Amino acid sequence: MTETNLNLNKNTTGRYGEYGGQYIPETLMNELDRMAKAYEHFKNDPEFKTELHDLLVDYANRPSLLYYAERMTKDLGGAQIYLKREDLNHTGAHKINNVIGQALLAKHMGKTRLIAETGAGQHGVATATIAAYFGMECEVFMGKEDTDRQKLNVYRMELLGAKVHPVTSGSMVLKDAINAALQDWTKRVDDTFYCMGSATGPHPYPLMVRDFQSIISQESKAQLKDQTGKLPDMVVACVGGGSNAIGSFANYIEDPSVQLVGAEAAGKGVETNLTAATVERGSDGIFHGMKSMFLQNKTGQINPVYSISAGLDYPGVGPEHAYLAKTGRAQYVGITDDEAVQAFEYIAKTEGIVAAIESCHAVAYVQKIAPTMRKDQIIICTLSGRGDKDVASIAKYKGVDIDE
Amino acid sequence: MSKLKAVFAKQKAFIPFVVANDPDFEGTVNNVVALAEGGADIVEIGIPFSDPVADGPVIQAADIRALKADPDLPMDTIFDIVAEIRKQTDVPLAFLTYLNIVFQYGYEAFTARCAELGVNGLVIPDMPYEEHDELAPIAEKNGVDLIPLITPVSADRIEKIAKAATGFIYVVSSLGVTGERSEFANDLGDLITRIRKVTDVPTAIGFGIHTAEQAAEMTQLADGAIVGSACVNIVAEYGAQAPAKLKDYTQQMKAAISANPVG
Ligand SMILES: Cc1ncc(COP(=O)(O)O)c(C=O)c1O
Repeated sequence: MTETNLNLNKNTTGRYGEYGGQYIPETLMNELDRMAKAYEHFKNDPEFKTELHDLLVDYANRPSLLYYAERMTKDLGGAQIYLKREDLNHTGAHKINNVIGQALLAKHMGKTRLIAETGAGQHGVATATIAAYFGMECEVFMGKEDTDRQKLNVYRMELLGAKVHPVTSGSMVLKDAINAALQDWTKRVDDTFYCMGSATGPHPYPLMVRDFQSIISQESKAQLKDQTGKLPDMVVACVGGGSNAIGSFANYIEDPSVQLVGAEAAGKGVETNLTAATVERGSDGIFHGMKSMFLQNKTGQINPVYSISAGLDYPGVGPEHAYLAKTGRAQYVGITDDEAVQAFEYIAKTEGIVAAIESCHAVAYVQKIAPTMRKDQIIICTLSGRGDKDVASIAKYKGVDIDE
Repeated sequence: MSKLKAVFAKQKAFIPFVVANDPDFEGTVNNVVALAEGGADIVEIGIPFSDPVADGPVIQAADIRALKADPDLPMDTIFDIVAEIRKQTDVPLAFLTYLNIVFQYGYEAFTARCAELGVNGLVIPDMPYEEHDELAPIAEKNGVDLIPLITPVSADRIEKIAKAATGFIYVVSSLGVTGERSEFANDLGDLITRIRKVTDVPTAIGFGIHTAEQAAEMTQLADGAIVGSACVNIVAEYGAQAPAKLKDYTQQMKAAISANPVG
């Protein structure tokens, strides 16, 4: 496996058209500036790049497989389907790619404490994992609603040595956890590195997270070329804040023949208020440090959002996705709870893979689109995570009584 | 000259803060008028936001109270509150607001309406110097000051922020979010000296000030003191009796800082 190309995008200004920026309190500005400069330096530092590479290979289990889903392909009867298996990474999701990069940068900046926000707990677990590995202090902010719903992940983080803070402000979910993490950071900028979980927030986060996740498409492009000699016709990934999707798209953005599709969580339906379909239902705004698209009311208050998937339950999207949507380079489609749950069962039964409910939003779109495509066409679908964490809640959704 | 800047030429300024629509329309009008009657030199009105990242628990709770009855509380209702206030007092006013509220209303429309109602300044905690170009020329055209924040960790950013400032400069007393404190950063004096080297725009210290002693101490360093959470606590605690309490409190604070010479 080759080292990650961290210079994929020459635009390092933190602006994606009109989106992006650094809309953040003054207290954090110097620290963000230091971080941006440190990243610009270390991404070209051979020692840093080697360390990153070795951790991805030896610790995170990269490269991840590009797996030809023969049964799904046959069953759907259209395009050939390849699954990019981020579920096989250490800690079971793409999140580890990003935290390895950020924690390594933190270490080189002399930081000793990592903080993070988490929704379902996946990013919190990944951060706690890497903090344990580096011997760093770790504190994770998680909405009280989510600590109640995801007790197992709370325990897992504690097991890894992290301290978990249940956040009781606002609606007590992911966006409130981000608020709390930002607030903690303003109190303690000197020794603390905020390890952001998605390609969101103020510059340089969207850029860094995209670069660290771009290993997904760097690998898939080479793997597909090896296996078929071709470029894919379409790449599909689920979108919460957009980190696995931007990583899945990054190396194809300059290939106009490759269609890029983000699957958003429509919850009970794009037209309902119980949704998290930011690109389809949202509008331009400024929040969490970035100008991007958000689900908000007319006054500009951020809406509560809903999805069965805690990892997609976010009222915004990273600024580069807003830009890709606006320019038409990528399309974003809403997948409902029902469709995602159906895909969860489908891929389990067809391919023997229990995939994360987040990832199943992408799978559901593949089920719809593949039959409409030609047999010589190719879709790469990113499986961002494994679904063990979701088994109990899907059983509950289906009305099955299982004794935990 | 900026109306806000002029305030500081005459006296050390006391700048209390309450949240609009906390507890309701009438209550806000009464509270702001009481603050003016008590001797407030500028009143800062917070526009409630669903996710006030720069604010501590007290102001967060006020924002929740303000939005409880109507999560869609239109900005025009808040402008109506100001219009009502304007019938009773000409005290200089500033809004504290997160940028998204201004962005959604439209920068031109928002600042034009502020100018009409005599809202002389905007404090926007999530709009740092680097991002102010999109709003600054429009605000300037409409005669509304953008009040920048400078913090104990602004370091080499101090000069560029101060040079661009109009109205006054909000000096953040210490790291973290808004809320009452017993201690402040110990190099605030140096920070203000650095600001004064590059601008004659006055300074007011905020974040954490709640006692008269603290206000007196802070106005030995700066030209004014901003008090948020303490006022918001009075509103929360006293309900309909809040105006009388706010007036008393303002008188005490004003008396404490008036002992300091201007300049
Ligand atoms: C497995 C999995 N996929 C996707 C996501 C969504 O995040 P993002 O859009 O940043 O990839 C999450 C977030 O927790 C996740 O755990």
